[in-house]
Amino acid sequence: MQLTNRRKEVSHKEQSIAEKIYLPAILKGMAITASHLFKKSPTINYPEETRPIAPVYRGQHVLKRDDNGAERCTACGMCAVACPAEAITMESAERKKGEEALYREEKYAAVYEINMLRCIFCGLCEEACPKEAIFLTDRLVDTEFERGDFIYGKDKLVEKMTERIDVSKRQTPEVLEFKKKPGLKHNELFDSSKQLGKGKKH
Amino acid sequence: MPKVTIDGIEIEVPKGTTILQAARMIGPEVAPPTMCYYSKLKTSGGYCRTCIVKVTKGSAQNPNPMPKPVASCRTEVMDGMEVQNVTSPEILEARKGVVEFLLINHPLDCPVCDQAGECSLQDLGYEHGAAKTRYEFKRREFERIDIGKYVQLHMTRCILCYRCVKTAEQITDNRVHGVIHRGDAGEISTYIEKAIDNEFSGNVIDVCPVGALTDKTFRFKQRVWFTKPVEAHRKCTTKSATGQTCSGKVRLWYKGEDILRVTARKDQWGEVEEFICNDCRFEHKKTSDWTIEGPSPVNRHSVISQNHYNHLNELKVEVMKHQKALGFININKRP
Repeated sequence: MQLTNRRKEVSHKEQSIAEKIYLPAILKGMAITASHLFKKSPTINYPEETRPIAPVYRGQHVLKRDDNGAERCTACGMCAVACPAEAITMESAERKKGEEALYREEKYAAVYEINMLRCIFCGLCEEACPKEAIFLTDRLVDTEFERGDFIYGKDKLVEKMTERIDVSKRQTPEVLEFKKKPGLKHNELFDSSKQLGKGKKH
Repeated sequence: MPKVTIDGIEIEVPKGTTILQAARMIGPEVAPPTMCYYSKLKTSGGYCRTCIVKVTKGSAQNPNPMPKPVASCRTEVMDGMEVQNVTSPEILEARKGVVEFLLINHPLDCPVCDQAGECSLQDLGYEHGAAKTRYEFKRREFERIDIGKYVQLHMTRCILCYRCVKTAEQITDNRVHGVIHRGDAGEISTYIEKAIDNEFSGNVIDVCPVGALTDKTFRFKQRVWFTKPVEAHRKCTTKSATGQTCSGKVRLWYKGEDILRVTARKDQWGEVEEFICNDCRFEHKKTSDWTIEGPSPVNRHSVISQNHYNHLNELKVEVMKHQKALGFININKRP
């Protein structure tokens, strides 16, 4: 029974003299090798040189701060529940009076850990985040010698104000438009002159 | 016994039954959602208008429809009454409006709120509300108030359902808190932040449909969907002033080995089955204090069932129901 028409009969015909002396075949191979001497090398000198990376590349996470330096994460747990690899764990704490400049919301993540060995870099955490706090960046996760070192805490995840990371390329036009809207708490920055509780008197 | 038809399903109910109770007898498919009505509390209901239904035929004697949507928790059934709930687009539209009104002063800070995941208003907004808010003005804001050692009141989130007031009135003695002012200025208050100090005060946390009254011992400890509910009981003889005894039947919320909080058990309508005392709720957070009965039933569609795998039987039944509907198998013939 013939299943496909790609069947080929094996030929047992005798080799010609040209084939027997092998020289033409060797020359043909050498010509291919020699031609590569004049082609541009595809090798790059990493790490001095790096390949271009897509703006939406999904690498190591960052926990963003807002423009005043307050942490955006409120430990709502949406990223952890969205995470298919269950790589994210967190513990929340309550913001005390006087810490308004450190944390945006009345609750914040006291501990926030991502297990980089579990993480599959799918980006569902940044999609689930309601506070624009977690983003994946174009940075690569470093190599380590110990497994435990791959559990990244807040010391490695939270963005430093001296080296801020631009994530605007990862945000949809709708989000960028939304961020321009005035009057929304999400877009407000902390202002110490407008303390909570002033609106109590009617 | 009057007969009433709700969404095309007829049911015979005792005289004096409200439309809401009749709908609940039929099942969750036709039962209107409630925010203020609580079957365990007398005179509750009538404030939030979430449970509005359309009465297309008043009764057998007077077949005229009622002119406006009525609050089903406060309207008694008549013989021959015909009611539309989910089958009426008018009602769904009206309910959307009700949700919008409830959310006018309610902050949209579910990521911060402890009630998220088991919040009636969150569910209601998700199922019946609009995806976006149209409200542009400043919402009411209050400082958090500690009511006693264990309960925290954050008036910002309160929707003035009066459930806690009725609980304090009916379950405990010497009610010390109530609603002061009226309308937009209304707020739950204990007058000079006087503590609610009695054995059953913790129940106000359970009856609160939103995150206005929360457990201070659980505050911000963990999101509810990362904890695992387990049914348990212990011998408890605490008596309330109104003669109720604490049943000692509770739900424990575990995270790993630790009991993070203790609540009363809730039925399918989100209502407390039996009220429990503060001793059970706040003072017994060790596994050795309790006799464990087993995992609590959790609705498969609830976020609390996320990452818990004990709802597989329920899933199986649901899959088989669909298969039966499609004519694959006969569900009754399966062992």
